Amino acid sequence: MSTKLDTNSENEKVDIGDYQYGFHDPTDKYVFTGQKGLNAAVVAQISEMKNEPAWMRDFRLKSLEIFEQKPTPQWGGNLNEIDYQSIHYFVRASAGQERSWEDVPDDIRKTYDRLGIPEAEKKFLSGVKAQYESEVVYGSLQEDLAKQGVLFTDTDSALKDHPELFREYFGKIIPPDDNKYAALNSAVWSGGSFVYVPPGVHIEFPLQAYFRINSENMGQFERTLVIVDEGASCHYVEGCTAPTYSSNSLHSAVVEIIVKRGGRFRYTTIQNWSNNVYNLVTKRAHAYEDSLMEWVDGNLGSKLTMKYPAIFLMGEGARGETLSIAFAGKGQHQDAGAKMVHCAPNTSSRIISKSISKDGGRSSYRGLVKVDPEAHGCKSNVVCDALLLDPKSRSDTYPYIEIEDNDVAIEHEASVSKIGEEQLFYLMSRGLTEAEASSMIVTGFIEPLVKELPMEYAVEMNRLIELQMEGSIG
Amino acid sequence: MSLLKISDLHVSVTGTPILKGVNLEINQGEVHALMGPNGSGKSTLAYAMAGHPSYEITKGKIEIDGTNISELDPNERARLGLFLAFQYPVVIPGVKVADFLRHAMSNVRNPDRKEGEKLIPMREFRKELRDQMSELGMDLEMARRYLNEGFSGGEKKRMEILQLAMLKPKFAVLDETDSGLDSDAVKVVSEGLSRLAGAEMGVLIITHHERLLEFNQPQFTHVMLAGRIVETGDASLAAELHEHGYSSVRERHPDVAAEEVVEAV
Ligand SMILES: Nc1ncnc2c1ncn2[C@@H]1O[C@H](COP(=O)(O)OP(=O)(O)O)[C@@H](O)[C@H]1O
Ligand SMILES: [Mg+2]
Repeated sequence: MSTKLDTNSENEKVDIGDYQYGFHDPTDKYVFTGQKGLNAAVVAQISEMKNEPAWMRDFRLKSLEIFEQKPTPQWGGNLNEIDYQSIHYFVRASAGQERSWEDVPDDIRKTYDRLGIPEAEKKFLSGVKAQYESEVVYGSLQEDLAKQGVLFTDTDSALKDHPELFREYFGKIIPPDDNKYAALNSAVWSGGSFVYVPPGVHIEFPLQAYFRINSENMGQFERTLVIVDEGASCHYVEGCTAPTYSSNSLHSAVVEIIVKRGGRFRYTTIQNWSNNVYNLVTKRAHAYEDSLMEWVDGNLGSKLTMKYPAIFLMGEGARGETLSIAFAGKGQHQDAGAKMVHCAPNTSSRIISKSISKDGGRSSYRGLVKVDPEAHGCKSNVVCDALLLDPKSRSDTYPYIEIEDNDVAIEHEASVSKIGEEQLFYLMSRGLTEAEASSMIVTGFIEPLVKELPMEYAVEMNRLIELQMEGSIG
Repeated sequence: MSLLKISDLHVSVTGTPILKGVNLEINQGEVHALMGPNGSGKSTLAYAMAGHPSYEITKGKIEIDGTNISELDPNERARLGLFLAFQYPVVIPGVKVADFLRHAMSNVRNPDRKEGEKLIPMREFRKELRDQMSELGMDLEMARRYLNEGFSGGEKKRMEILQLAMLKPKFAVLDETDSGLDSDAVKVVSEGLSRLAGAEMGVLIITHHERLLEFNQPQFTHVMLAGRIVETGDASLAAELHEHGYSSVRERHPDVAAEEVVEAV
């Protein structure tokens, strides 16, 4: 969540265009900056620095082998230009995770102030994790939730402090060989959130994680694991930003979710990386009997995003929903979508995807709906709408449907619209400028999704869209 | 007192000349009726006045109090006090009526407002909206709906009149606001307009029907044929045209009638 930024700050010397988070802090006080490049020694060093058990070190080294064996995908966006040897895989900015903002090193604390995190924490959050480079530098959780047995910690600490729970689920939903980037994350993962909500516990306000990349050529590989136990409920929100650099950074996360019988979980992402970040994320949830899993996925930033949050409907009566918003501006490619896999009878899924492309930006919807044999009585509904703001921009739809059972109801609708001259004229004839009118049309286009967000995030989302729209009409 | 003046206006659509020299003067406080067969160019005139980008002014000009507005953006014309009630209002999905109206009102009431500057205060806006909606017999719930989305024909037209009421233009053009409405709706719209159109507003009513004019007696009636205003009279001319149609007009202006393009219906 961000509030107004101090635009007079000295940090803001670089020309960062309309992107407000492109500033960066000095890196000379960092505790440790790993060398650039990727090999077994780098991976072993990460494990060693974290004092991990041997099984994790072996898991990492095995994952590195898988990463190296798997070819670079030639679908989606262009991944061939990523130079894995020019990236820092592990950077420790501060000595440890603090429980009070005052103990967080000054530069880093100021950055989170500018991003509005401490303020949001006071107003409407149940807990916060702030990850800066490779590790979490600040963490909080409301006391009463901790007393009820809720765990909200960084994933490194979870490995140490809750080894059994950790090992039971880690890497089970998304094994390293799932795809090249899941393998990469499994090799070099660091930070991320670990959430456990005990049976029947309802967390009223969101848990928020904020991921910040600061240095150049940084790779951030957080690993998130959420377990929502039977009948429990929780809303988790993540935000992310990075400085604008002329060279590229890489963000490749793995997020694994388990929602047990009757549980409800919503995972909201407001992704606003700077336009030099490759964002290659694997997110997957297993939803058991009568549970509800929802992904709300807003992709506004990055150079290239490839992300298809998945829900495996594992138990009868489970429901899955993905609401996806992508905004592709100049030089951006958003290849986003959703996967729904119906593994059990009478499960239902819904995918709503809205994309906006402007100034030559490209957005693609890529989605899969799969129904296993024996999964009778399943329902799925997919709606994707794309809005093109100018003829230079591009939108594509790649829907895949695999059905192995006869008794299913699948609906799929797709539409592409150009921002209408008649709509613009109508609004302008009421006194709105062209920019105001376009912005209003775009805001209206995503409104059905934004209204699903808690108010604070809806405001944030609209504000980010407005920023994306600014200066785009001329 | 303000004056809207149209002189020798020629307008083309995709290169085809539609208006061929229209002259018209409307003072604030006057009601004018514009009639004419389908395809004669009435909507074209309305769109050209409002500044639709597809309607190219090839000759002549439109002025408000001596300022030529022909080259201005639609929003600048709106801020100078011009309003068009659309024959076919446009659907804007996801945009709430109230949000749209507050924004529009802020710009029109405060023509120097720049993008991003603050909107008129919520309380003031709400009160005015509530008052105007109840005058027009509109359910307040409608302000929370998306602009024209799923509206019936009557609701759309009423929404146009609500916008007129909120924006309080100096000059209003109503393009067949009464068509497609049942008689109750026509009554509401007619009464609404007559309440709004006082000494502060000049009105140009484009219509085929009598009802709207019953409540809003025009001082002037203009007849358009093949892109020209061929006759101007008083309210009785409107009544005559309602009764007898356009055949006598065509007879009186055979040269112009010969230029009429037969509309494929
Ligand atoms: N957007 C447009 N594109 C093409 N032709 C148009 C357009 N608008 C108007 N015309 C043509 O201009 C002529 C006048 O139309 P219009 O102004 O709508 O008449 P009226 O409103 O009097 O029925 C018609 O021949 C119509 O086909
Ligand atoms: Mg017409």
